Amino acid sequence: MLSSISIKDSGGLVVELIDVIRENRAWLSKIDGAIGDGDHGINMSKGFTLAGGKLGEPIPPLPDALNILSETLIEDLGGSMGPLYGYLFSSMADELEGQEKLDGDVFGKMLHAALEGVQEIGSANVGDKTLLDTLSPASEAFDEAWRSGKGFAECLEVMSLAAEKGRDATIDMVAKVGRASRLGERSRGVLDAGATSCCLILQTLAKGIRQRMGA
Amino acid sequence: MNRIFNNPDFIVEDAVRGYLKAHPDILAATDNPRVLRRPAAPQKDKVGIVTGGGSGHEPAFLGYVGNGMLDAVAIGEIFSSPSAKAFHDAFIAADGGRGVACLYGNYAGDNMNVKLAAKQAAKHGLTVKTVVANDDVPSASKDDRSKRRGVAGEILMWKVGGARAEEGADLDEVIASAQKAIDATRSIGIGLSACTIPAVGKPNFHIEDGHMEVGIGHHGEPGVAVMPVKPAREMADLMLDHILPDLPFEKDDDVAILVSGLGATPVMELYVLYDRLAEVIEARGMKTRHLFIGNYFTSLEMQGVTLTMMRLDSELDRLLAAPAHSIGLTRV
Repeated sequence: MLSSISIKDSGGLVVELIDVIRENRAWLSKIDGAIGDGDHGINMSKGFTLAGGKLGEPIPPLPDALNILSETLIEDLGGSMGPLYGYLFSSMADELEGQEKLDGDVFGKMLHAALEGVQEIGSANVGDKTLLDTLSPASEAFDEAWRSGKGFAECLEVMSLAAEKGRDATIDMVAKVGRASRLGERSRGVLDAGATSCCLILQTLAKGIRQRMGA
Repeated sequence: MNRIFNNPDFIVEDAVRGYLKAHPDILAATDNPRVLRRPAAPQKDKVGIVTGGGSGHEPAFLGYVGNGMLDAVAIGEIFSSPSAKAFHDAFIAADGGRGVACLYGNYAGDNMNVKLAAKQAAKHGLTVKTVVANDDVPSASKDDRSKRRGVAGEILMWKVGGARAEEGADLDEVIASAQKAIDATRSIGIGLSACTIPAVGKPNFHIEDGHMEVGIGHHGEPGVAVMPVKPAREMADLMLDHILPDLPFEKDDDVAILVSGLGATPVMELYVLYDRLAEVIEARGMKTRHLFIGNYFTSLEMQGVTLTMMRLDSELDRLLAAPAHSIGLTRV
């Protein structure tokens, strides 16, 4: 089993992200329907599909593919998710600059950058029932596992579980930002749609990297 | 769902094409399909006026592009902010060399996308200043005014900003007038039925038959009270009870009034409501200098109504009276 993957050859990870969002279009919209407009899956799927059309053949290297996804979301998606996910993916791509291999060190930095990118453009804090509640614990769990000397593949597993736990923790949160925050206490009891799509994204990245390492 | 569309995922694209075909004298396309402009924009040496917002509120936002109003508009998916790129391209379409005033409503997505777009514009030397409308009284307490949403009061803000720019004012003067306009404006909505985004296929909130939601937002955001539907007179009193003390509006004030249907309420009923509104406003010693009644700012096929009031000084009075020609609002 490898401990890293080639950045140049793994642009396909972005294709997998696009596929997973498209496959979950209806589910994400259904979750959003409980406390939002019910269009999270519809709009995300539209934006990600547009990005898929821009990737071209052969699939460009990972940072380029992430930047194409980011630019498409910022330029074409709009809403809150366009800028938030746009910054998330471009911040990840920035950390790949000058690297040849994506290993545990680089991936940890990508998660940190993603977290900072989202916080720079958005106004949410951890606990506000947003995608940060998936991303932040996932990043922390990855760091801790990596520091404790676990292999990259195992750290990705740990991160995936933490992302899921983070996502599920949003059920008991009250939304503090965005349209759902207008519901106050009534926003408690259901998943946050952004936290759910963020979990899909992190788990798809983890799965794709593990497969490429032969894990 | 008995509605008029082709593929619901492309309902906005289809509607924009229809608008362009219907009003070539008022609206022109740009290279960005999500940005429309006045045919005369950019107008040299005039401050550009831009707004943007989600679709489903027609005639807002694109219906207020026109002479004396907006120069360009960014168009989003239904109930979803336009992209940063759309706002940015609208700034370019409106820029006549004296900067751009972006006058928009207080929603999380719009705030982020406008911020990104203004940053991008600054990189190539285009100055964009903003006024964020927050006229919806029930959406947050008076101490928390910065959290209030922007609703139909935005139309009066665009009218004031657009007229000020037309007078030749500079960017700071336009911004100051638009800010003054929204600071003097208060709104409230009452919802009587829910609405459905065609691509979603079912309503995302519910109003029980025989009930009304006081303080409802333009996307069905919950209000401050749900109660059995009251007679029109009581509805009018309830609305005034919320907004008059908030500014406050007082005896001898000159005011502008905008009563807008939310999409599926018969226009006749707006006048039934206005009958009582006018009675109370007159009895309170206020004078209505400008009046707009109709479907000015809708929420798809929601039933219900919004009331917007602006307290006028001589400047706001003059700017509201200035000529304008747009799909949604015309003054001669």
